[in-house]
Amino acid sequence: MSITALFRDDVMLGRLIVGISRSPKAILASVVCVVLLLAAIVGPYLTPQNPFDLAVLDILDSKLPPGSESMDGLVYWLGTDGQGRDMFSAMIYGLRTSLGVGVFSGMVALLVGTVLGLIAAYFGGRIDALIMRIVDLMLGFPTILVALMLLALLGQGLWKVIFALVLVQWATFARAVRSAALVEKNKDYIEAARTLGISTPRILIGHLLPNCLPPLIVIGMLQVANAISAEATLSFLGIGLPITEPSLGLLIANGYQLLMSGEYWISVYPGVLLLVLVFSINIVGDRLREVLNPRLGER
Amino acid sequence: MTVFVIRRFLQSIAVLAVTAIIVFIGVYAIGDPAEMLIAPDASAAERAQVVASLGLDKPLWEQFGTFIWNALHGDLGRSFVFNRPSITLILERLPATLELTLFGLCLALIIGIPLGLISGLNPNTATDEVIMTGSILGFSLPSFWQGMMLIMIFSVWLGWLPSTGRGQVGELLGIHSSLFTLDGLKHLILPAINLSLFKVSLVIRLTRTGVRETMPLDFVKFARAKGLSENRIVFVHVFKNILIPLITVIGLELGSMLAFAVVTETIFAWPGIGKLLIDSIMRLDRPVVVAYLLVIVSLFIFINFVVDVLYSLVDPRVRIGEAS
Repeated sequence: MSITALFRDDVMLGRLIVGISRSPKAILASVVCVVLLLAAIVGPYLTPQNPFDLAVLDILDSKLPPGSESMDGLVYWLGTDGQGRDMFSAMIYGLRTSLGVGVFSGMVALLVGTVLGLIAAYFGGRIDALIMRIVDLMLGFPTILVALMLLALLGQGLWKVIFALVLVQWATFARAVRSAALVEKNKDYIEAARTLGISTPRILIGHLLPNCLPPLIVIGMLQVANAISAEATLSFLGIGLPITEPSLGLLIANGYQLLMSGEYWISVYPGVLLLVLVFSINIVGDRLREVLNPRLGER
Repeated sequence: MTVFVIRRFLQSIAVLAVTAIIVFIGVYAIGDPAEMLIAPDASAAERAQVVASLGLDKPLWEQFGTFIWNALHGDLGRSFVFNRPSITLILERLPATLELTLFGLCLALIIGIPLGLISGLNPNTATDEVIMTGSILGFSLPSFWQGMMLIMIFSVWLGWLPSTGRGQVGELLGIHSSLFTLDGLKHLILPAINLSLFKVSLVIRLTRTGVRETMPLDFVKFARAKGLSENRIVFVHVFKNILIPLITVIGLELGSMLAFAVVTETIFAWPGIGKLLIDSIMRLDRPVVVAYLLVIVSLFIFINFVVDVLYSLVDPRVRIGEAS
């Protein structure tokens, strides 16, 4: 695809990009998303200290308010936590974990949901009925309830959290892919592909899937935001990530006890970062949904 | 109608059965039930006795039978910590959770519906934009952090409202609730706001979409042509049509609020079943965890069942569509 095609109205991806560029709010939110993503990727090069290297931590520096200076001249712009960790560094590392878990579980759920949704739509009949029954069952339960149930039984851990997040998210993707694929599969190009004798997996992946992608991008974004929120909540409750993988949720939980005694920065700043992250992903996702759903009109 | 209710009822039972199987597998097949259901400090003799009394030496299907049989008789095991039946512990704390959830739901409606109406009746204006962005902010706010900020602002800084506990419980017409005392109400406000904020956003969006989809319909034009006042059109005719999807979603969200109460109760130390769950997980009091899961899922399935039946009463297309 050439670059100009990205901005053409009749190409789906182009429509999404044009849609974002017409809303200042969405442009700003996209910029924030990209900046946070980059910060998470290059994280260790950005932070003044490695917050989990015990050798550089000094317990005398614990609970310093924002702007304090350490013995060796390092300024803690956002203060330090109970262990004397620089909050800014801890937050960047937390952002890495939160984004990593959210994006990874979102991608796996997207993969699982897409495969099952395509199969359901293409083959129809009993397979369709079976898959959709399970989807309905899953969607009937609130995300947090299923995740709670699972982690209450399994205990905490990185892979258990990812498993729980995938389990609660795949059904949303499956349903979206199925309904998009049901519309697409009766169109002439699929019939043409079939007449040409192209194998079923190739029709599914090469022809049907690309045309079901746009709604998936939107749901994918909203689901990643949800996953990040859910992981933070579970970690806060003490049944999510273990203390060795500190996500933003755990950082906030650490500051919870200190909130009452006035050390607000330990929980406030990680919370603000979490909010900005989830909020900007949601703004972009919401804008894309409006663009894809012209029924409600251009706003 | 009867056929629909019966079919829906059987579906509910099926879902409940599936959940029971999953919980059973989680406790008995994946984990070690002896480790899960026997207190960690039990002696070898006690351990052997409990293994025999729980029938853990029997084949798995027989154990499943016993598990279901006991559950049907309301026996979901004894708490290690309190040494009382876990179901009693849960039933004792359920009223506090229900009170919090229902009050939160009312708040969500009282705040959400007017904002949604304003937004829907003035689409694409600055007000609409502010309300809609606010609603995105509302469901982006991590609920636990939002609760902490409420405590920080209203309890620590301003000192207006208490931050933890349930406060005094009053009695009116035989119902015990904190709604009937001033102290109780003060304790209830912050947790209820915390629990409802997420749902406020949802109600705003649903109402707005409803208004925008209903306003261009023919019956609205007809009502205008008939000379009805705009107020009457909006609050009587349009509003009725918005209520249908709203009722369904509210019913479903009640279940999700019950689950989210876990978060709110943990932050505000509200003595409900959610806090009991987290405390029990931390104390490895697994019989209570298992009992909580079964109770909350049953409750949830029951709510769904009631909502579906109500919905089919309001909108006959649902039950006819399903029958064909």
